[in-house]
Amino acid sequence: MNIEERLAQLKTAAPDTITEGVMLGTGLADGYAVFDSPIGDVIVAFNLNGVSAVDIADSRAGDRFTGRFHRKIIQAEPPRGWTDGIRRAIERGKPGTLPIDFRSVTDFQRQVLEEAARIPKGQVRPYLWLAQHVGRPNAARAVGSTMARNPVPLIVPCHRVVRSDGHIGEYSLGGPHQKRTLLEHEGINPDLLEQLARRRVRFIGSDTTHIFCQPTCSNARRITANHRVEFHAGGQAADAGYRPCKVCQPA
Amino acid sequence: MLPAGGLRNAGARPDRCETGSGRDTSYATIRANVGFYSLMHDLNHRLAANLDEAFPEFVSAMRDPLYSGMRRLQPHDAEDLTQEAFIRAYQALKTYDPDRIRALKLNGWIWTIALNLGRNHARNKARRPTPAPLLDRHGVTDPDPVDIHGWDRRLSGLSPVQRKTVILRFIVGLTNREISEVLDRPEGTVKADIHRGLQRLRKTMEEEQ
Repeated sequence: MNIEERLAQLKTAAPDTITEGVMLGTGLADGYAVFDSPIGDVIVAFNLNGVSAVDIADSRAGDRFTGRFHRKIIQAEPPRGWTDGIRRAIERGKPGTLPIDFRSVTDFQRQVLEEAARIPKGQVRPYLWLAQHVGRPNAARAVGSTMARNPVPLIVPCHRVVRSDGHIGEYSLGGPHQKRTLLEHEGINPDLLEQLARRRVRFIGSDTTHIFCQPTCSNARRITANHRVEFHAGGQAADAGYRPCKVCQPA
Repeated sequence: MLPAGGLRNAGARPDRCETGSGRDTSYATIRANVGFYSLMHDLNHRLAANLDEAFPEFVSAMRDPLYSGMRRLQPHDAEDLTQEAFIRAYQALKTYDPDRIRALKLNGWIWTIALNLGRNHARNKARRPTPAPLLDRHGVTDPDPVDIHGWDRRLSGLSPVQRKTVILRFIVGLTNREISEVLDRPEGTVKADIHRGLQRLRKTMEEEQ
């Protein structure tokens, strides 16, 4: 064998990690990793802009991702520091400092999702409340469809947003029973919530402080049974001389 | 009907024509090159038509030769540099209009990017030296991680430009003209570098025996 042929034999296959790195580095594909959650394994997709999607980890997850975002998705190690950030975000149900890729939603939807991310763990807020808080009191329905299109459920806790009539409502990540599981996991009794909704109770007040709250507000939960007053509307509470709680800011 | 001789030669590797210019005139190589160049020609058009869709093809067509060459030029950073070269290539293509993409000579172009990156990287590294691991984390996929066949050592005996030229010609498989464009040197000089580089390698190997 002559020297040219021996040199030609030094041609070697590039490691697969190069193609992955290029696809991620150019933004042509998102990476994904599997994480544990209260409703089972989920895939968390990410790219240079942040976490782009959370979905149930099943065999169709890749197809659903490509169908919605028009990008490929490949299994990859999250960027340094993100693994802990993602785990913590799922556990707390808020993004914290974790960057989120909101390019797949409109500015309005992004505003709604960022507002939803401020709902404390173990509490729920109705669509209407969220609509009022982003300055669009007539957009409760749009808020509902924004929750349905939340690209990062669990991390932006759309499971803490309930129907304006107080019923628990639909959930994009596997249906209403998963929403109940998540709320129970956060210490909320979903049956009690449904019961209040059926009785059209929207707010709970205390006859000692004359303050009224969202039913799941931490202040409402401290009210003892014999000082507890139920209201069907904010106007009714105001007429009775109650002021809204500064923490949960009921309508 | 094919002549009998043609059939007999079809699978076998015919005698090579040693011209000293290093030109490989074997049928197999020419046939393989024709296929490769028509693929690359189509690729230009596909990249121009839909960059995002065609770019993964570009990567799979170029990654083995690019990595193989970088592996011999900058062993410790070959993987990072190969990856970064593709990312830079994509970012550049994003800004090019379709006519410019169609006119690109992709084989050489990617090497212009890679060699530039390699140069900058080496310069930065010299300024802020970091200890290079003897066995990098991808030693498993590297058939020659510690240079057991001695090629890194032999090639290091060449002048930098001879080494580059020989690697681009024989390991990567660029033509003399492509090398002349990538290194911005006259084709005659490229031929001379190849000739002298091979001579030097031959001498080194004779001395080893």
